[in-house]
Amino acid sequence: MSVLVGKNSRVLVQGMGKHGTFHAMGCRDYGTKVVGGVTPGKGGAKIEGFPIFDSVTQAVERTGANVSMIFVPPPGAADAIMEAADAGIPLIVCITEGVPTLDMVRVAEFLKDRETRLIGPNCPGIISPGEKCKVGIMPGHIHKGGNVGVVSRSGTLTYEAVAQLTALGIGQSTCIGIGGDPIIGTNHTDAIELFNKDKGTKAIVMIGEIGGNAEEEAAAYVKKHVKKPVVGFIAGQTAPPGRRMGHAGAIIAGGKGTAAEKMKAMKAAGIHVVKSPADLGAAVAKLLKVKGH
Amino acid sequence: MKIHEYQGKQLLAAHGVPVPQGKVAYSVDEAVKAAKELGLPVVVKAQIHAGGRGKAGGVKLARTADEVETIAKAMLGSTLHTHQTGPEGRVVRRLLIEQGMDLEGSKEMYLAIVVDRATASPVFMASSQGGMDIEEVAAKNPKAIAKEAIDPAVGFQAFQARKIAFGLELPPATLPKAVPFMQSLYKAFEGVDASLLEINPFLMTRDGTLYALDAKITFDDNALYRHPELKELRDLDEEDPLEVEASKFGLNYIKLEGGTVGCMVNGAGLAMATMDIIKLAGGAPANFLDVGGGANAEQIRNAFRILMMDKDVRAVFINIFGGILRCDVLAEGVIAAVRDLNVQVPVVIRMKGNNEERGKEMLRQSGLNFTTADNMTEAAKKVVAAAGGAK
Repeated sequence: MSVLVGKNSRVLVQGMGKHGTFHAMGCRDYGTKVVGGVTPGKGGAKIEGFPIFDSVTQAVERTGANVSMIFVPPPGAADAIMEAADAGIPLIVCITEGVPTLDMVRVAEFLKDRETRLIGPNCPGIISPGEKCKVGIMPGHIHKGGNVGVVSRSGTLTYEAVAQLTALGIGQSTCIGIGGDPIIGTNHTDAIELFNKDKGTKAIVMIGEIGGNAEEEAAAYVKKHVKKPVVGFIAGQTAPPGRRMGHAGAIIAGGKGTAAEKMKAMKAAGIHVVKSPADLGAAVAKLLKVKGH
Repeated sequence: MKIHEYQGKQLLAAHGVPVPQGKVAYSVDEAVKAAKELGLPVVVKAQIHAGGRGKAGGVKLARTADEVETIAKAMLGSTLHTHQTGPEGRVVRRLLIEQGMDLEGSKEMYLAIVVDRATASPVFMASSQGGMDIEEVAAKNPKAIAKEAIDPAVGFQAFQARKIAFGLELPPATLPKAVPFMQSLYKAFEGVDASLLEINPFLMTRDGTLYALDAKITFDDNALYRHPELKELRDLDEEDPLEVEASKFGLNYIKLEGGTVGCMVNGAGLAMATMDIIKLAGGAPANFLDVGGGANAEQIRNAFRILMMDKDVRAVFINIFGGILRCDVLAEGVIAAVRDLNVQVPVVIRMKGNNEERGKEMLRQSGLNFTTADNMTEAAKKVVAAAGGAK
């Protein structure tokens, strides 16, 4: 079992440049049904076997695409998201890094009354290993099908956590990289809500980082609604205030958004918070009582 | 990116926000000349990228040209220590000479526009307690802060500005000025793609004239590509030289005070987590460094060069999760960099992912003295020991 993406996902790629094409192939190799690409003005062409369309609407009509993965560079990324939503795509995964915040403010407004869910931007994407469906740039081979849901704001740190789980023989239902920007389509709470409802997910790993208060909100949700075991980690326990730590959203501003505050809120919600990122896998193993751990 | 107060005020003025008359001065002569042109008295304000200047002696009133000269002489080249500068302080290289305001019977308030993550919209905030730290006001008396969420499709409306004005208890007679003042402020916020715009204090003089007496603007770095004119406002003197150097190569580097373990990591989240695990092992990270997801040998070399320029670094911790980046490519880059740069400090490498075994083999065969580790905990312990042990 999985959430958001799985064997019924038909994936379209917006922005079939070098980067987009490379990852479209990577997803196809993993087993994802990548049904085509969109590059306005290149409709009718084929790139690496993928049919190219001029617009998302056209692509949806011809291929039945129900997921769009976006690689369009920052100046056009917001437009690409809105085009996909307008075409009725129910799930959009925006990989693009560096989308201006005020563009995302407008995107959020545009998506408000639509049924579309956005993941990202500035994220590694989403993967359901048990159903061989990868929509993103993560290395597929480190994943393994199973029953742990992973949600995270970061890329490589998520890979680290996933690799620890897989090495311990613990598989994942779905891993969602929600992105490191201040304004994102799907936040920790949304992802945890999905995992909580998913019968195939038995435990949840949430990886947060400094900045904002999305982790505190997720903790409040967990306290109220979630019975499944949750393991958490917050990156940036040693980060100085006022500095943007790589991600646009990772900044301690005005004394708010510190790792200590987040960890405290998570612990109070019954989340098993690990201090060291190296302990994530072992903490899940302990909760799931995997033999030998 | 951050800018100076005088630059912020110029941007605000360009968007129609009233600010006091002022001129920037780089020398004592320029300061005296500016004061004479503006008319005395003037306020001499040290221009550094940090708040708390007033308390630190960086803002002074001058009634005569002689006073301007004395103050400018003392301030230029001096080092200001405020609660935001850190212990090393900041050297003052520029002054803002500004017309003196008659503060008798005036009112100092606070205005700000920020992007609220939770509602995904800009929020206009105001407090009648200017000069104070807004977080302090928010903590002690949250009702003292008036807030208006802005619909990005239509912008900041006049009725919202009136609500803010009433919240601040501005006299009704000032409304014809207050409404356009606040709307101009939002235009400036939107126009420059700011992530924070703060007017503290927002001044109303005895006769009801409104001014932005101080201005703090933080830009959204992601949007700078569409504001080439703003890039020229960057003041490299205000930034750490190593950070400036790193930014030339697209490396995300932040110097951390008091650390001895240089870090090189791919991905911001993993880079932060690496700093955390060094601390857990009893050491202190010397920096945050994200080489990015698609780092190549050249990028690794530049990263190494920057780490080696930091004299505090006693050992280097390379923590790479090779998702797209292959471990053999990383190993090749590291070996070349260590040879070319004649790196003398111990290097601990922990790499995972694609072509991991081949990468490790290359490190072993290089004849160089690398320490490898299979997991982050082990690597952190080794690098902390190499840097001189836990504190």
